Amino acid sequence: MAMTATTPPLASQASISEEIERIQHETKPGQTSTRLDFSPYRSTLLRHPVKELRTLDPEEVELYAPVFGHSDVDPTEADLTLHPGGEPIGERMVVTGRVVDGDGRPVRRQLVELWQANAAGRYVHKRDDHPAPLDPHFHGAGRCLTDDDGWYRFTTIKPGPYPWRNHHNAWRPAHLHFSLFGREFTQRLVTQMYFPGDPLLALDPIYQAITEQAARDRLVAAYDHDTSQHEWATGYRWDVVLTGAHATPLEREDSDA
Amino acid sequence: MRDLVTTAGQTVGPFFHYALPYDGGPHLVPPGSAGAIRLAGTVYDGAGAPVPDAMLEIRQADAAGRVPVVEGSLRRDGVFTGWGRAATDAVGRYAFTTVAPAPTRPGVAAYFAVTLFARGLLDRLFTRIYLPGPELSDDPFLRSLPDDRRRTLVAERDVDGNLRLDLRLQGEQETVFLAFPRHRDR
Ligand SMILES: [Fe+2]
Repeated sequence: MAMTATTPPLASQASISEEIERIQHETKPGQTSTRLDFSPYRSTLLRHPVKELRTLDPEEVELYAPVFGHSDVDPTEADLTLHPGGEPIGERMVVTGRVVDGDGRPVRRQLVELWQANAAGRYVHKRDDHPAPLDPHFHGAGRCLTDDDGWYRFTTIKPGPYPWRNHHNAWRPAHLHFSLFGREFTQRLVTQMYFPGDPLLALDPIYQAITEQAARDRLVAAYDHDTSQHEWATGYRWDVVLTGAHATPLEREDSDA
Repeated sequence: MRDLVTTAGQTVGPFFHYALPYDGGPHLVPPGSAGAIRLAGTVYDGAGAPVPDAMLEIRQADAAGRVPVVEGSLRRDGVFTGWGRAATDAVGRYAFTTVAPAPTRPGVAAYFAVTLFARGLLDRLFTRIYLPGPELSDDPFLRSLPDDRRRTLVAERDVDGNLRLDLRLQGEQETVFLAFPRHRDR
């Protein structure tokens, strides 16, 4: 394959894995947030800040997340298998869990968005050119509101792993992309949910950019037999913990009135 | 409950466009309506190249300095919700149509709170886009920043009241990105 002077050859998985191990070893223990500066994921090189984040107290604008309600989200949007043309191909599954903040308080009636590849590992996206079939009955995007105790619930199919061009023979572990809001603007989270026992997790520079094992484990759902449905769907449980709130619950209740 | 490990962020990736942006997302008020302005700019990477796969969300007060806490951002129905979402285009540009926010209390300057996402950005970043004006020199946070850093947070206003600010993910003129105290628990 022809290479220009500015395009280095793709690194091998072995050298990426070595780089991951070295950086994780150098990172001080206890850092449970994702590193922004993580060279094994090559696209971070020019896209991570090099100056320190400035810590400051949130002002009122940042103490209120946007509010969503039944005027925003239709209940059918939580079922990604619904399609007028027919059923999608793949393992039908239910994914459910509870969203709490850093103090363990449920995040009530808040928006959860989900998007994912189909069972063959292909997205309905014009820039996804992975030579795997699109599924005419699967779009791969859904949303729902959490209930009064912070629970969300989606019905979908299990996505496939897919290749990417980060390094030679690079494969993303199967994952669901999640977007979550808390009660405060400061609690915003976009992340990915993974599946238990996936051998690709150990090789993935995106997942491994979380250097602490306990924090990585948080992103892996658990198979949950109580969520599985007789002759219909397997079940997965995945809970989410957002950062802590800055305003007290009392201040909140006043503002809810 | 401090022993709860916070769920870490992961990149929004390259394939969010069919899922997260939505019709009306960037239009907090209808374009052309009374008091409507444009808030726009380009997102750049550390080499000065535009970032065509980024997404911004903004949260703001209204023109009277009140922060709306009302639903309706996804299916807008004429209610100002103070929240919007816009993906960057093929040349890294973002644009919102909104109203200029007023300060929420005396002594602080008016700004848009911003969350930034992108492929290659492993976790979301927070920043602020301030409106230009004389109040800026009294704002305690802005005063705490050196001149060249402060400049990265202040929009330019044209004669029509439209605002413009570029965001830079990395480098000499890197945007000031923010952390909030409770982010440190994790
Ligand atoms: Fe993905």
